[in-house]
Amino acid sequence: MSLSIVKRKPLPGWVKLLIPLGAILVALLFSAIPIVIARGALFKSYYYLFYGALGTRYNLLETFVKASPLILTGLSVSFAFRARFWNIGAEGQLLAGATVAAWIGIYFVGIPSFLLLPLTIIGGFVAGGFWAFVPAALKTKLKVDDVVSTLLLNYVMIHIMGTLLFGPMQQPGSSWPRSPAILDAAQYPVLIPRSRFHLGIPLALLAVLIIWFINDRTVFGYRSKAVGVNIRAANFGGINTNSVIICTALISGGLAGLAGVGEVCAIQYKLIMDISPGYGYTGIVIAMLGNLHPLGAMFSAFFLSIINVGAQTMSRMTGVPVYIVGVIEAVSLIIMLIFLLFTEYRLRWERK
Amino acid sequence: MTYGKEPVVEMQGITKRFLDVVANKNIDFSLFPGEICALLGENGAGKTTLMNILFGYYSCDEGKIFIKGEEVSLSSPRDAIKRGVGMIHQHFTLVPSQTVLENVIIGAEPGRWLLIDKKSAREKLIRLQKKFGLLIDPDAEVWTLSVGERQKVEILKALYRNVDILIMDEPTAVLALAEIVELFKTLKALASENRSIIFISHKLHEVMEISDRIVVLRNGEVVAERKTGETNVKELANLMVGRELLERIEKKEITPGERVLSVDDLTVLSDRGLEAVKKVSFSLHKYEILGMAGVSGNGQKELAEVLFGIREKSGGKIFIKGKELKDGNPHESIKRGIARIPEDRIDTGLLMDLSVEENLILEVHSTPAFQQRGLFNFQNIHNFSETKIREYNIKTDNRDAPTKTLSGGNLQKVILARELAGEPIVLIACQPTRGLDVGAMEYIHARLLEQRDRGCGILLISEDLDEIFLLSDRIIVIYEGRIIGEADIHQATREQIGLWMSGVEEK
Repeated sequence: MSLSIVKRKPLPGWVKLLIPLGAILVALLFSAIPIVIARGALFKSYYYLFYGALGTRYNLLETFVKASPLILTGLSVSFAFRARFWNIGAEGQLLAGATVAAWIGIYFVGIPSFLLLPLTIIGGFVAGGFWAFVPAALKTKLKVDDVVSTLLLNYVMIHIMGTLLFGPMQQPGSSWPRSPAILDAAQYPVLIPRSRFHLGIPLALLAVLIIWFINDRTVFGYRSKAVGVNIRAANFGGINTNSVIICTALISGGLAGLAGVGEVCAIQYKLIMDISPGYGYTGIVIAMLGNLHPLGAMFSAFFLSIINVGAQTMSRMTGVPVYIVGVIEAVSLIIMLIFLLFTEYRLRWERK
Repeated sequence: MTYGKEPVVEMQGITKRFLDVVANKNIDFSLFPGEICALLGENGAGKTTLMNILFGYYSCDEGKIFIKGEEVSLSSPRDAIKRGVGMIHQHFTLVPSQTVLENVIIGAEPGRWLLIDKKSAREKLIRLQKKFGLLIDPDAEVWTLSVGERQKVEILKALYRNVDILIMDEPTAVLALAEIVELFKTLKALASENRSIIFISHKLHEVMEISDRIVVLRNGEVVAERKTGETNVKELANLMVGRELLERIEKKEITPGERVLSVDDLTVLSDRGLEAVKKVSFSLHKYEILGMAGVSGNGQKELAEVLFGIREKSGGKIFIKGKELKDGNPHESIKRGIARIPEDRIDTGLLMDLSVEENLILEVHSTPAFQQRGLFNFQNIHNFSETKIREYNIKTDNRDAPTKTLSGGNLQKVILARELAGEPIVLIACQPTRGLDVGAMEYIHARLLEQRDRGCGILLISEDLDEIFLLSDRIIVIYEGRIIGEADIHQATREQIGLWMSGVEEK
């Protein structure tokens, strides 16, 4: 007997929709192993994982709060990946957005208060976009590898932030790397009382719709898809591939920047070093789980948000450590990648 | 002919399926010692599949294989080689940085453990070379060799492994005329030493020249078997395509009009920075097909890429209707009315993962009919693509089907439909029918002539002399980056063009 991998017939479109769901399901099943090892009662653990995220009003809204930066970074990465701009730098772009948002929110005291929030949002978007523009320009002008440059710029941004938070932006009198609080007018309004459900959440959902629209309806969406599929043929066909890559990077970085704005203006109300627990990197997982589709990014962001929020309750009720979240994330990504492989190939047993 | 002898290979009832496609249908095939048997058929007829089964590359779904009277089950090429079956593919499998000797013995090194007995290997190699006239310096590194020489190394590699049944898959496709002559000499020498050769080809003249017996495949079935002496090109052509092959397409006599493209002293560098095109000048007129003949790799690709706008020239000038063309910008080439059929359909011409429609609109997607302020007008786009699919008879499930699901001929039709949409002034067609079957080929030829009759000037870059002679009004020959000869279609002879293609200039 021998096993070989052979190409399969193209699958119908609806299978593609089921794949992420299947991957998530299988990942949850696999998580039973570490749960059992951690001596958690299996059904109780699963119950509290979901109850903790969706069971009460507050937790449900908290799940939305947690989802909003994840939607934006997931969207950022999938938009870039679709054009084969390998943006591993959503984390740095998020921090750039957060830094500029905080700077505007703290120091732009003189301007009319109704202008402050829009300015903060735009500032964060532009900052994130700029931080992605740098590697895009390096890629198009000097053929610098985008994976490396986007990844390394994350660390550059962390150090810029550190320099600012220990220097000019540090709160007077504090010895911690934290900025002063932003002005009230720069805060995202809370939309549902007795919760943290803020303006950033509908903004993230709006971003999903806009990106979906750009991808499917606009000339630019077509061009960036063409560049992603075969840059040589796109160029041959008269598409200015460099400008497509740069615009894609600007939008991708901008979306990650918005995630940073949300963390500053709706959660922390100031800039701190730990403003992001790795949302930018999680964005890569989300983009892959969502098959690079904006709706996919939205749903997988919600999934990750559910297990993140729910794991807190699960941990309290069953003693299973919250780190289980990392396991579920990683396993679902691996399963997703395996499933994607099997959309194009299948296994064949051969008797010899 | 050796029909009296026992066959060395017998394949019985071979059937092979790929997904839904039956590549081989109940094929019986035998090969006799000392014969050269041609396996003739169009692309996709199942020739290579059948031979890959004999070479242990694929396993067949049904059927039996006997080699030298013994039933065998081949699970890998290694098994096949052990039984004396060797196959030389179109794409060689040599290590460029190693010497001829090293390439020949790789995987079959004489000696014990890690010590390679190079001396005895060299002696064996030289013996083989002398016997069959395959003279190449054993110490030359392979990257320094020409394509023809590399093929000899492949043959030596097989002989070194004591192969006496040699399968050659389209061996002449990559060779120059002079090299083909030499290959044929070698094959005849091998056959006279009682080795058997299977020669896969779709070129009728070659098959007539080299083989003793011809087996014709069509749609995965054996449709005929002939002794070469008892058949002719015309009959074979009919058998191969299953209908009368058009000997000559109707071609109207039109006097060429004004000059539409002129190339003056064009110099172009290759990727490696060498001069691939050297001060080339020519012009192309309205109502004219200018055939540029030449063996691949003589600068055609670089020349075409400059006209396509995807490569920059290093010297000279190009004019379209008297106005200079800026190079290095595909958009400019398109805008100036140049239609472009690239040599490499899949890598350069098409977005294989996108739909047929998305490929059809590639060059026109930003025109006002299809978009306003960056938003697509899908109604017009759908109308456009539906019309093109019908007009060019593109066989696809629907306009949204991924392009990669189309066959080679239909891929070329997509490119043609896209490129000819704008009524171009000049058409640059690079190897437009390479790898296509006869039906698709005829279709493409008819479309090219239609464009010429409409007034388009066509530069036809091809290494297929049949095609060049069939379509051209005038022929130029490119050799090592220079135009080495020019002839009007009425004066040109195959012999003369063939000499030019192999670099022989007039005195």
